[in-house]
Amino acid sequence: MKSAGIVAATCAALAACSPASANDDATLRLWAMGREGEVVSELIPAFERDNPGVKVQVQQIPWSAAHEKLLTAFVGNATPDIAMLGNTWVPEFEALDALEPLDQRVAASSQVVRDDYFPGIWNTNVVDGATYGIPWYVDTRVIFYRTDLLAKAGYDKMPETWEEWRTAMTRIKAGMTARQYPLLIPITEWPPPVILGLQAGSTLLKENGTRGAFSDPEFRKGFDFYVSLFRDGLAPALSGSEISNLYQEFERGNIAMYISGPWQIGEFTNRLPPALQDKWMTAPLPGIDGPGASLAGGASLALFKRSKNKDAAWKLMEYLSRPEIQLEFYKLTGDLPARRATWLDPTLSGNRYAQAFRDQLDRAMPTPQVPEWEQIATKVFEHGERAVRGRASAETTLAALDRDVDRILEKRRWIIARLAEASQ
Amino acid sequence: MKGIHIPSEANRAAWFFLAPAITLIFIFFFLPVAAAMLLSLTDFDLYGIASPLNTRFVGLRNYSRLLQTPDFWLALRNTFYFAFVGGPLTIAVSLGAALLLSSKLVRFKGFFRTIYFTPFVTTLVAVAIVWRYLYHTRYGFFNYGLSLIGIQPIDWLGDPNWAMPAIILMAVWKSFGYNMLIFIAGLQAIPEELYDAAAIDGAGPFRRFFNITLPMLSPTLVFVTVITMIGYFQLFAEPYVMTQGGPLRSTTSVVLLMYEEGFRWWRMGYAAAIAFVLFIVILLATLVQFRLQKERVT
Repeated sequence: MKSAGIVAATCAALAACSPASANDDATLRLWAMGREGEVVSELIPAFERDNPGVKVQVQQIPWSAAHEKLLTAFVGNATPDIAMLGNTWVPEFEALDALEPLDQRVAASSQVVRDDYFPGIWNTNVVDGATYGIPWYVDTRVIFYRTDLLAKAGYDKMPETWEEWRTAMTRIKAGMTARQYPLLIPITEWPPPVILGLQAGSTLLKENGTRGAFSDPEFRKGFDFYVSLFRDGLAPALSGSEISNLYQEFERGNIAMYISGPWQIGEFTNRLPPALQDKWMTAPLPGIDGPGASLAGGASLALFKRSKNKDAAWKLMEYLSRPEIQLEFYKLTGDLPARRATWLDPTLSGNRYAQAFRDQLDRAMPTPQVPEWEQIATKVFEHGERAVRGRASAETTLAALDRDVDRILEKRRWIIARLAEASQ
Repeated sequence: MKGIHIPSEANRAAWFFLAPAITLIFIFFFLPVAAAMLLSLTDFDLYGIASPLNTRFVGLRNYSRLLQTPDFWLALRNTFYFAFVGGPLTIAVSLGAALLLSSKLVRFKGFFRTIYFTPFVTTLVAVAIVWRYLYHTRYGFFNYGLSLIGIQPIDWLGDPNWAMPAIILMAVWKSFGYNMLIFIAGLQAIPEELYDAAAIDGAGPFRRFFNITLPMLSPTLVFVTVITMIGYFQLFAEPYVMTQGGPLRSTTSVVLLMYEEGFRWWRMGYAAAIAFVLFIVILLATLVQFRLQKERVT
């Protein structure tokens, strides 16, 4: 309040502020998580300089408490103007009717150019045809691999199809001991089976996101491939917490390939010894007949319906979406930028490990835009683990998964049916 | 109808004096409990927050679904594991410490009492974070100690078989101090003459413990057992901070499951049903304990 008063007083004294900017007088509240929340404040002063009268209050919230805090804020009528949302959260807050649709603002904006974004990533923010978030940074999963181990098996680069990939892994395995594996995909992670299902053409859910499509032939094809990796001894059936030090295993050649996201670039660079630095690379994921799809991840900036300063808040979102600010943000956090224009900068185009991500982002696919997705995702790996460990066949596993998913989605079916009835 | 006749005016006065307490208990206890009971009969969830029309009355369906969920039975098993292994262990350790500190041979009693009581007054979350370091597979103090006697490192918090014992160990360390103080008070109330008489009759230390100390401590023991078990059935903060319920849900307690359903997936109706089932479990366990202890006391 005090600073707003001072700004107002200064305006009056100088008589230089236009009435329009006086109307813009506002304090914007921006919530952001983790490292992003820490460093975004460094980008704010330039914005405040360009927009006199607008103050930005950044609140940093830890990831572990973020989801709960946002929901509580919604119930307690205390949502911020803008929040960073993990893009699987967008459908959930849309279901609460908490978010402002942005399509008109995007159409009128010269800064937020939809075509400059990766379509798969953009679509994670679209629910029932309306856009509720602007991608802030992106992530997707690619393969991190040991170039020397692949070369020893006779490959000068990562194969691009499932069959070649499998052959390459079988050859690598032939040169390994029993406790070494060509591929590591922790069985407590849901993305690997989901990605393989997406690659095989599965929509994961069907009937407008009200029923599971996991028993359908498309997902089954991806899932069979997933399970076969373990059954054929190409990947160990280990949970995430059982792998005490991934980098050490990678360094010792106990694993040759690992599927992960952009945050690992920094970790691999820092944690692997110098001797190994020219022996690892990233590559896009193989697909059935050629380069395959991967998950569209990352975080978006969303505008809350209850914000009293939507125009000013939108300006801040536009500002943070500018390619040059995205580049600065990348330098501060290492988060991959959402704008293709930013990727043209030498900082990124010169980073050889980032290239696989750039390539993969063109083939990133969103998970279903339903609020229940995170819960469904945990079910995918919980059931998947049973098949991997050989406790159940793929068929019974996927049928059980569909049953669980249908039960989770029961409420959604009821609501959709009720809305359909009401509109008749 | 024999007995003391209480004039109705006195009755009114009693109600008058009780009124503030009853009002508070009604508003802050009975009302919320009743509301939670109603909540557990609905499917109030994320959609329900958006619009009240999205909430249905579902009768006992939350309960029947809960009883069909393997995760619930696993959580119940884990909770029983924690309560029935950790509870008696805590009581044994507290009693042992109390006996040691009551011994005439021990010096600096005040000092040791303070030391043993310190864990109890320390914030659990801070303690849990430090213990997570102690349990670290490679750099932890416990595995360092084991390595000195040639035992292979144990993945304390990452191995489904070891995670619960690790949590029990920490819980025992954290909470034995409080029970110990109560036991010390109970021990001080035992008349010295009993021991003297027993000693003259030729009873050794074990006889004296089992035939004098334990029976005389019975009321204290009942209190400590009931309070400890009720607390242990509500296991939450330890796994929440240290393991998030993993690995393979081996440390997911009923309360943690309730928290996940309620605050992670926001299925409040279902979570309320879990709370009531837990309430019934604790009630039954407490009644059984009272029953068992009564038989021993009399």
